[in-house]
Amino acid sequence: MVEHRPVGTVLSHVVLIAGVAIIALPLYVGFVASTLSFDQVTSVPMPMTPGTHLLENWGGVLLHGSTSGARAPVAQMMWNSLVMALAIAIGKIAISMLSAFAIVYFRFPLRRTFFWMIFVTLMLPVEVRILPTYQVVAQLGMVDTYAGLTLPLIASATATFLFRQFFLTVPDELAEAARIDGAGPMRFFFDILLPLSRTSIAALFVIMFIYGWNQYLWPLLVTTREDMYTVVIGIKRMVAGGDTLVEWQFVMATAMLALLPPAMVVILMQRWFVKGLVETEK
Amino acid sequence: MEKRVVFQSRWLPYALVAPQLAITLVFFFWPASQALYWSLLIQDAFAAKAQFVWFDNFKALFSDPHYLASFQVTAVFSALVTATGLAVALLLAVFADRVVRGAAVYKTLLIWPYAVAAAVAAVLWVFLLNPTLGVLTHLMRALGYDWNYLLNPGQALALIVIAAVWKQVSYNFLFFLAGLQSIPKSLVEAAAIDGAGPGRRFWTIVFPLLSPTTFFLLVVNLVYAFFDTFAVVDAATSGGPVQATSILVFKVYQDGVQALDLSGSAAQSVVLMAIVIALTVAQFRFVERKVQY
Repeated sequence: MVEHRPVGTVLSHVVLIAGVAIIALPLYVGFVASTLSFDQVTSVPMPMTPGTHLLENWGGVLLHGSTSGARAPVAQMMWNSLVMALAIAIGKIAISMLSAFAIVYFRFPLRRTFFWMIFVTLMLPVEVRILPTYQVVAQLGMVDTYAGLTLPLIASATATFLFRQFFLTVPDELAEAARIDGAGPMRFFFDILLPLSRTSIAALFVIMFIYGWNQYLWPLLVTTREDMYTVVIGIKRMVAGGDTLVEWQFVMATAMLALLPPAMVVILMQRWFVKGLVETEK
Repeated sequence: MEKRVVFQSRWLPYALVAPQLAITLVFFFWPASQALYWSLLIQDAFAAKAQFVWFDNFKALFSDPHYLASFQVTAVFSALVTATGLAVALLLAVFADRVVRGAAVYKTLLIWPYAVAAAVAAVLWVFLLNPTLGVLTHLMRALGYDWNYLLNPGQALALIVIAAVWKQVSYNFLFFLAGLQSIPKSLVEAAAIDGAGPGRRFWTIVFPLLSPTTFFLLVVNLVYAFFDTFAVVDAATSGGPVQATSILVFKVYQDGVQALDLSGSAAQSVVLMAIVIALTVAQFRFVERKVQY
């Protein structure tokens, strides 16, 4: 702060508290709704303090699902989301590290071509190639499988760039020393490069886990069986039943369960999260 | 930049790039080329025969009032999401940069919505603004304002803008805060000594120095509004009422997946691809060079 202005400090806190409150409003109301009975949720206005049905609603959707819309238990959907998020995060990191390693540490014909091919994928988000990608997955028989859910989302130009950028800053002396000591490229990769990349990997993992968990369009297309739904899709299916039939206490309990894991990742791993966010974009 | 020290192997580098390349070819290049190819054909979902029609699909597309309306909706929607998201985030970041006590707590409490899936964000806001039971609807009714986004196109657009901005503010906030913290304190102090008040200092020193961040966020937010908001629209309004919230990515989905109009949807995909390419080029060309001091 440049100068002492008590009024300015008070104003800052007022604005920030207002911001935090507005940001938190949907979360609070959603949480309260998830602790109420059906009659309480549908009464207008809805009570604004938590009720006594928390365990009943949360446990109910986890074990038995909602009674309208998607009937699969939410625990199964959470498991699908977890598998998808982990497979995407780990898969992206693994294949981008390997390709970045090849592009940085080897000279071979087509090296530039490969680099540009990976670069161009930045310009082809799922949204612009929905139908043909779905056809490919259908032809490979991967509809309603974990492979179909995750494989098409695993290629990542940003992660490849990030690792390439990082590998370029690793001192040449390390590779030289490894070579003189008789280590092959893979030995160098596993014993030196991998440990050095720990912070980048952690940062990327946080971002990619959230990305994978929150996927919407792709799971919407490739899952037709309820036991393959991810939790985000499950919520959408519960709401789609029409206004009068929506059991908001169950929808909100599911919404809370769906946002809890990624929110915990962001809050508990905040340092990696911020680092990952800044690095993947720059 | 290139490495001086490299390893020698005839086959290893190919094996290393193979997984990434295989996925790229199968799930990116092949489908994208299919979209390009289909956009030049006329076929329906069940007919085996397809007819090559050159650019007729694009001509049909750009003379279709629904598609042009969707363009307009997308333009208004992206402008609103980008402008509101940036303004709110900048406001919060400026004050968060100023406070000493509680700065870390504010930061944590402002960034968590990044973790919320767009579809979940949409459902949370739909619940708050539900025409019959929404808490905020009730509040607005009490104040004499009639809210029903299922019937009113403007209100439906407002709903998806609110949900989309709510989710994106945290991201913009983090980048603005980092940008503000990297501005040298000596410049701001010098202006203060010369007698410039906080408002003057912000507009003449801080804001111009922040322009690389702002421009970067502008592009990122446009991409977000164009492509990543599909979930918000699908979960909140499904494009309605009367196509008022049918943004381009939603229309591709609706025409392709739900109406099974292969060639029309492919032509729309190609248009979208052109937009992404333009935005990506803008990001890479101008972010680094033009807007810098």
